[in-house]
Amino acid sequence: MTVALDITHRLGDLGLDVRFGSAGRLTALFGPSGSGKTTLINMIAGLIRPEKGRIEADGRVLVDTDAGLFVPKHKRRIGMVFQDARLFPHMSVASNLRYGRWFTPAAERYADMNAVVDLLGIGPLLDRRPAKLSGGEKQRVAIGRALLASPRLLLMDEPLASLDDARKAEILPYIERLRDETKIPIVYVSHSIPEVARLASDVVVLAQGKVAACGPTGAIMQRLDLLPAEERGEGGAVLDTAVLRHDEVFGMTVLGSAAGDIRVPLLAVPVGAPVRIRIRARDVMIAIEQPTGLSALNILPGRIVAIEPGEGPTVEIGMDCNGATVLARITEQSRQTLKLRLGRKAYAVVKTVSFDQANTSAGLPVEADG
Amino acid sequence: MNWLLDLTPDEWNAVRLSIKVATVAMIASLPPGILIALVLARGQFWGKTLLNGLVHLPLILPPVVVGYLLLLSFGRRGPAGAFLAEHFGIVFSFRWTGAALACAVMGFPLMVRAIRLSIEAVDRRIEAAAGTLGANPLWVFGTITLPLILPGLITGAILSFAKAMGEFGATITFVSNIPNETQTLPSAIYTFTQVPGGDAGALRLTLISIVISMAALVASEVLARRVGKRMDIE
Repeated sequence: MTVALDITHRLGDLGLDVRFGSAGRLTALFGPSGSGKTTLINMIAGLIRPEKGRIEADGRVLVDTDAGLFVPKHKRRIGMVFQDARLFPHMSVASNLRYGRWFTPAAERYADMNAVVDLLGIGPLLDRRPAKLSGGEKQRVAIGRALLASPRLLLMDEPLASLDDARKAEILPYIERLRDETKIPIVYVSHSIPEVARLASDVVVLAQGKVAACGPTGAIMQRLDLLPAEERGEGGAVLDTAVLRHDEVFGMTVLGSAAGDIRVPLLAVPVGAPVRIRIRARDVMIAIEQPTGLSALNILPGRIVAIEPGEGPTVEIGMDCNGATVLARITEQSRQTLKLRLGRKAYAVVKTVSFDQANTSAGLPVEADG
Repeated sequence: MNWLLDLTPDEWNAVRLSIKVATVAMIASLPPGILIALVLARGQFWGKTLLNGLVHLPLILPPVVVGYLLLLSFGRRGPAGAFLAEHFGIVFSFRWTGAALACAVMGFPLMVRAIRLSIEAVDRRIEAAAGTLGANPLWVFGTITLPLILPGLITGAILSFAKAMGEFGATITFVSNIPNETQTLPSAIYTFTQVPGGDAGALRLTLISIVISMAALVASEVLARRVGKRMDIE
């Protein structure tokens, strides 16, 4: 287990009662604001003491109120990246990065300064003061500072929430690299479906202080009922694909997935690279015959395996496309006109232009000469 | 203008003694000043208001009263004075050390106020971040809190120094006015004004006192600004 929690705690009006375990590479704590996720991550870091319960991380018991055990934060060796970076204003970027190294026993130091600086692309910033950095730069330095303390577990508390979309797009690839290229398990707090779908291997959904669901990202993202109402439009299927080829003429990338080839706007990643895509349910149309004379490029054949009533006039259709699940949100009227029912063969239709940066993990931007 | 710069040996002694007393008072009150400021800024305990009042007492009491209280407690026969003399060999009564103690006590509220304000301005979330990086509370204080409150420390120290340079009532009550031992600048000026023909000496020492106090204030401004700029805190 990467992290296991069993906590009861009162937080103002909210009663936290949370029990989950995850062994994922990147576990997302997902939920609307006020669901208690930041409190939970602060408990794992040792910044808040739970009233009752047990916390285990990386095979070590950190809190056990029954046994009177509470490991103080400075002895946990758990890195934390805060929403507001919290860099030390009186130190240069380099000194900020080196800070945690001091306190790590020599035998347990695995993080290498040069490697981390390269990974995060912060080489040019080393001599600067935090006050002279942009929001995105601050956040990358904060990630580096946490990594260089050689943590056993890395916690990230909405690290992108205070940044604008351009800055988010700047940092997301670095977090993906962190997830794929280092061995440190990550717990990531977020209320954003695009972030969770793109980054997480496992998701814990919190609602009003309780665990509403817990499992692999693909399975959780399909449960539109779990998503907060205002975010439901962002929900949909998450597919792991690989780049088959680039179509330079039309500026597209062809991705291979279990469901079939999917064309998305050109991605700056090499052929063969893994790419995770999210197909929003509201972007998917359903046809009962192989459509012709249609502008949409992605037509995925499959079989209807689920029909759930949605909000208002909508129904949510789940399709099994050769093992991969694709979700569609259509109106009840369309369902009746097309006579959709379980087991029926159908086609999921997705426009290439419905894929944007927020729902394709494009990897790192390529250098200008590429 | 020669009479202005030509100080007698006794006058020089008063200047030197004053600087020594003020410096020692300032340095000696820094550690307890920081500690009390920390407790007042962050502690939550019964009697905090009482402690706060106690610290501020020298600011409101007549200096003569403070001097007399010091005489009662730190004099040779006073409980604290007798204890310190017996176990550590530290004697305050009628010594320059006593003058430094009186000055330290009188300047203490000013120092604590300045440091407390700067501690309250420190973002505790930054300290928590240092904790998650492995620093224990003592290291956090030394590497984060202390550097961040440096401007407040400088201001507090200079205020204490300036107060010590001007302290008169408590000092003269506690350790009297002995040339070369407890006769600081204000005591020396007072003595000059009490004897016929002492005007020139009084004026000389007055000017010196103004110069030293101004220099201390300017130095603190420059230092605090430089520290602030180094940290880029707008």
